[in-house]
Amino acid sequence: MNTTSLRIFQGIGRYGVLIALLALIVFGWLRYENFLGAFNVLSVLRYNSMFALVALGMCFVIITGGIDLSVGSTAALGSVVAALLSPYGVLPGLLGGLAAGLAVGACNAFIITRLGILPFITTLATMLAASGCALLLAENQSVSVSYESGFTELGQGDFLGFPIPAWMALFAYLVGSLVLNLTSFGRTVLAIGGNEDAARLMGLPASRVKALVYLTSGGLAGLAGVILAAQFGAGQPIEGVGWELFAIAAVVVGGTLLTGGVGSVGSTLAGVLLLGLIFNILNFENGLGWISLSAYWQSVIRGAFLLLVVAIQARLSMRTEEAA
Amino acid sequence: MAETATTLPPAQRAPRLDVKTVLTRHGAWIALVLLILVNLVITPNFATWQTLNVNLTQVCTIVIVGVGMTLVIATGGIDLSVGALMAIAGALAPLIFLGKLFPLPHPAIGIALAFVVPVLVTAALGWFNGWLVTRLRIQPIIATLVLFIAGRGIAQVFTNGNLQVFNLPSFQFIGLGRVFGIPFQAILMVVIVAAAAWMLRRTVFGRQILAIGGNERAARLAGIPVTSVKQRVYLISGLLSGVAGLIVIARNSAADANLVGLGMELDAIAAVAVGGTLLTGGRATVLGTLVGALIIQLVRYTLLANGVPDAAALVAKAVIIVLAVWLQRQSHR
Repeated sequence: MNTTSLRIFQGIGRYGVLIALLALIVFGWLRYENFLGAFNVLSVLRYNSMFALVALGMCFVIITGGIDLSVGSTAALGSVVAALLSPYGVLPGLLGGLAAGLAVGACNAFIITRLGILPFITTLATMLAASGCALLLAENQSVSVSYESGFTELGQGDFLGFPIPAWMALFAYLVGSLVLNLTSFGRTVLAIGGNEDAARLMGLPASRVKALVYLTSGGLAGLAGVILAAQFGAGQPIEGVGWELFAIAAVVVGGTLLTGGVGSVGSTLAGVLLLGLIFNILNFENGLGWISLSAYWQSVIRGAFLLLVVAIQARLSMRTEEAA
Repeated sequence: MAETATTLPPAQRAPRLDVKTVLTRHGAWIALVLLILVNLVITPNFATWQTLNVNLTQVCTIVIVGVGMTLVIATGGIDLSVGALMAIAGALAPLIFLGKLFPLPHPAIGIALAFVVPVLVTAALGWFNGWLVTRLRIQPIIATLVLFIAGRGIAQVFTNGNLQVFNLPSFQFIGLGRVFGIPFQAILMVVIVAAAAWMLRRTVFGRQILAIGGNERAARLAGIPVTSVKQRVYLISGLLSGVAGLIVIARNSAADANLVGLGMELDAIAAVAVGGTLLTGGRATVLGTLVGALIIQLVRYTLLANGVPDAAALVAKAVIIVLAVWLQRQSHR
């Protein structure tokens, strides 16, 4: 293979998610009248900012070469705690949900870095535990939030004409991007994913950074739970099933390698928007009744889409390997 | 109990008989015995056929799926799609024997096909997982994530999300039948465990599985057909998931694509981990998976029978998994 086409392939690999996102937006714009209307755009952003927060944490975890399967039930736990604390005001609800997330993250961090158990199995266990705690706290049902305290504003309100959850996600992504690209913490995250032993030998604080990454992921999941509770007016102990997979899919679609060491915060956001828009477009199809698309087809199409993206990524990386 | 663990290369260390070694080597068996003893003391009516039956029937599907998962994990992979495949098999079988898919010349043919076709379909989907892993070189967790997401959707599309209720003793024998008073599914489970344990320990294929999990590169250089071995392992996992799906719907006299096999991937992985199979591959024990599944089931039963809510059992399960893997790690230090 000659260098020009190799460069084109690498370009597709790097910007593929952006190209796909743009193509999808143009498709939606041409096909549906209200697709780019303020209402649809803002509701897509409002709804997907929860997933965006979870995916950001997952992005950092995956770059270190780990995985966090507990984010979904952590968000559920966060939503229950936030709902239980919401009668006391906005801030207690917010901090409570965040603290619940941080607690699960701290458990993950301790088990992974101190006991040395694989992230995959650790977070699988904390996923069960967080889910159990959420059910216990909520006594197996959803917990209504208090409307008097104004807590629901966190999920349903606007600030400067833009949904509050979207502001939170935007802020988190800005900070995340700066941290990953400009700080020594970010460089250590990338170094751990590239080669943990080497990073350790170079004197980088690998354990501490890894612990912080899982703590961050837990905290962001807790925050997502707060938004969940505020948006739907209830803490949902059984919500969050499959969120971890959505987040992993978004990160992978964004071009972050699951083996760690490579990854981008911006591409993760693009991945979240891409998966979110596919859902949105399917809903448009449904709403207009042009095709009789049941909700069940949505997961099939999502799976097929994930397959397409990973297959293309695999092909591209193979070609790059062969050429190198 | 050294013969329950198949290791490649075999551990050459001299056996030390201190407490720690005994605990880490046989921790799962000790835990199982302790659990039974504790239950005999505290749980009312524990030593009855009824209790045994309840626990056996609840654990069968986890074990059957867990056997496939053990083999996949032994190669260093993972299969997240098992629950979704169970749902597909569970959705297909009633469609076939109720004649909704194609007209049946004879009811018996429908029942025969209802056993064969769903399992073949899930085996094919397992093969597809293996194809993604070996040919496209996609990481197992992502490759099987595809069917984890899409598989349940496929099952729901087949059935339009409807519950399929039926009453067909000849089909339901797989879940409700008894041979000499023993549940047929338990016999099936024992046969599958025995066959897999024998295969892993005594056949070339079993050795190849462990060699790949131990060091894939070395296995490749040694001339082991890595691609085909891995492919077959995923196929077996898919096939066993299909069998488990049939058992579940037979037991319930109903197929619900939304619920069959939900969360099964976690239960199966937990059973494998607690049983002592190395999650990084290279060392596997099918008997251990059986013990692991029994432990998880017994803990849940103990808590429920003594009035602890099911949600607390989830936390207990989490602690057991972490403890088991931590102990396992100590023995490899």
